[in-house]
Amino acid sequence: MPISLNNEMMRAIIMDHYSNPQNKHQPSKDGYEKMHMHSDNCIDDLDIFLLVKDGMVLDACFDGTACTISTASTDIMCDLVRGKSKEEAQKIIDAYHHMIHEEEYDPDLLEEANAFMNTSKQAARIRCATIGWNAAEEILKVK
Amino acid sequence: MYDVYEIRKLFPMLSKGQLMQGKPLVYLDNASTTFKPQCVIDACDKYYTDMTANSHRGDYDLLYNMDKAVAESRKTVARFVDCKPEEVVFTAGDTMALNMIAHGYGVKYLKPGDEIIVSVAEHASCILPWFRAAKETGAVIKYVDIDERGVITAENFAKVVSNKTKIVSLAHVGNVLGTINEIDEIIKIAHKYGALVVVDGAQSVPHLKTSFKELDADFLTFSAHKMCGPTGIGCLIGKYELLEKMEPLMAGGGMNAIFKKDGTIDYLLPPAKFEAGTNNLSGILGFKAAIEFIESLGIENIHQHDVEMVSYAIEKLKGHDNVIIYNPDAKNGILSFNLKGIFAQDEATLLNSKGIAVRSGEHCAKILDNYLGTKATCRMSTYLYTTKEEIDIFVENLLNGGDILDAYFS
Repeated sequence: MPISLNNEMMRAIIMDHYSNPQNKHQPSKDGYEKMHMHSDNCIDDLDIFLLVKDGMVLDACFDGTACTISTASTDIMCDLVRGKSKEEAQKIIDAYHHMIHEEEYDPDLLEEANAFMNTSKQAARIRCATIGWNAAEEILKVK
Repeated sequence: MYDVYEIRKLFPMLSKGQLMQGKPLVYLDNASTTFKPQCVIDACDKYYTDMTANSHRGDYDLLYNMDKAVAESRKTVARFVDCKPEEVVFTAGDTMALNMIAHGYGVKYLKPGDEIIVSVAEHASCILPWFRAAKETGAVIKYVDIDERGVITAENFAKVVSNKTKIVSLAHVGNVLGTINEIDEIIKIAHKYGALVVVDGAQSVPHLKTSFKELDADFLTFSAHKMCGPTGIGCLIGKYELLEKMEPLMAGGGMNAIFKKDGTIDYLLPPAKFEAGTNNLSGILGFKAAIEFIESLGIENIHQHDVEMVSYAIEKLKGHDNVIIYNPDAKNGILSFNLKGIFAQDEATLLNSKGIAVRSGEHCAKILDNYLGTKATCRMSTYLYTTKEEIDIFVENLLNGGDILDAYFS
C-alpha cells in the first residue's frame, strides 16, 4: 500500500465516503446498465449503475440502503472505475478482491480503496466490502 | 431457581473459554439458536455410538429399541407441550412444519376468495408458505396490525377476521420485538368464525409454558435448536382429526400401508403419515434430552431468568438518549435496539470486535420496517444461561464501545 496511508487516514476515507457519498444517486440519463444486489446475511440493498460505451466505463453510480462498509466501498469503486477501459476496470476489481482476501495485489491500482485492507479482521463484513464491486464485475462481464 | 453459573458448566460452548475476536465470547443471539448442554450432545452421539438402526422397520432388537426410543421422545414432546403423543409429528424444524401445514392443509382445502390472516411482524417461515398457498389456490392474504407496543391484539384481530377467514397463521411471540401476542383470545375469536389457527411457537415454546390443549390451537410448530436441542429437528403438533385430514408433503417409505401399480396409496395413520423416509434419529434423541434438561430447570424459571436479564439491560440503558429501544416493555428474552445515527450492521460488527454476538438486520421479518421506522435493528436475545455480567459487558460496549471503525483498525 502507499506508505503515506496510515490508519487514521484510512478511517477518514471510509467515514468520508460513507457520510458524503458523491456517487450515491440515480443516473442522470438513460443508457446505464443496472445490477441489483442484496446480501443474504444483512440488510444491504443496492442498485449499481454503470455507463459502458465502446469498451469504456464512462460513469458509475449507485443507490439504496447499506452499512458503512458497503456504502463507502461502493462509492470508492465508482470513483476508481470511472473513465477506465473495461480491461483496466477489471484489473482494479481483481486487485481489490486480492486485497480483501489477503492475497498479493498492486496497491497503486487501488488508491483510496486501500482503506479496506483490514476488512478480513471482520470476516462477516467481507460481503459488505465487495457487494458493489461484484455488481460492477457482473455488469462488465455481460456488457 | 437454578444457579446460572453452575448451569453454564454443563455447556461446552460456555465452559471451555471460547473466544471470539480474541475476547471471551458473550453470546446474545439466542433467538437465532442456542447452545447445547453436554447431555444433549451425548444423547445425539449415543445414536451413532450405541444405537444405530433405522426405525419402524423392526425385525431385530436394535430396531425394536430404536422404535421404542422414538416413541419415548414423542411422549416427552407431548408431555412438554401438553398434547397427545400421536399428535406429535417430527419434522426437520419449525420451517418445515409450517410448510407442511400450508401445503397439506392450505393448498388442499383453500378455495378462491378464502382468506388467510398473517401479520406484518411474522418471520418469513410463517408467512411465505402462505403466500405460496394463496397463489396456488386463489386465496387472499390479509394482515392483522400490531399495536403501538408491537403486540398482535385480539382487538386488532377482530377487525380483520370474517366468515371468509379459513386460516390464521401467527407467532405466539414475535422474533423481532419479543412481544407476547394475545394468542389465546385470537384463537377463540378465530374459532367462532370457523377458521383454523396455526401458532408458530419458535420463539415461545423455548421460553414460555405452553399447553397445546389449553391454547386450543389447531397447529403448533417449533424447533429443537432454539431450546438447547440439536439442529435439523423440530415438530408439528396438530389436532389429531386435522392431521387425519391433512395431506402429507412428502411421500415415501415408512408412511404408506399399501400401494399398487395403479397408483392407489393407502397412507399410514398420523404421525407416521407425515414422516416419510428415515427420521433424524440422532436429533430425535437429542430433542428428548433437551426437553428433559429444560424440565429439570423449570420452564417458568427460564422465563423469569430471561425477563430478569432483559429488564436489567433496559434498566441500564435507560436515560441514554443515543440508544433507541424498540421494545421497552419486553417481557421476554429479546431486546431490539439501535444507536442513533448508526447503521445496525455497523453496531453489530463493533460488538463482534468486542466478542459480543448480537444479530443485526430485519430478522426475517421484512415487512415490519414501517412500524419500526427503520429498515434494520440490532437484536440482543438471552437464554437460560445468560448472566448479568454478560449484560454488563454488552451495555458497557454499547455505550462506550468507541467508533464503529475501531472494529477494523484496533
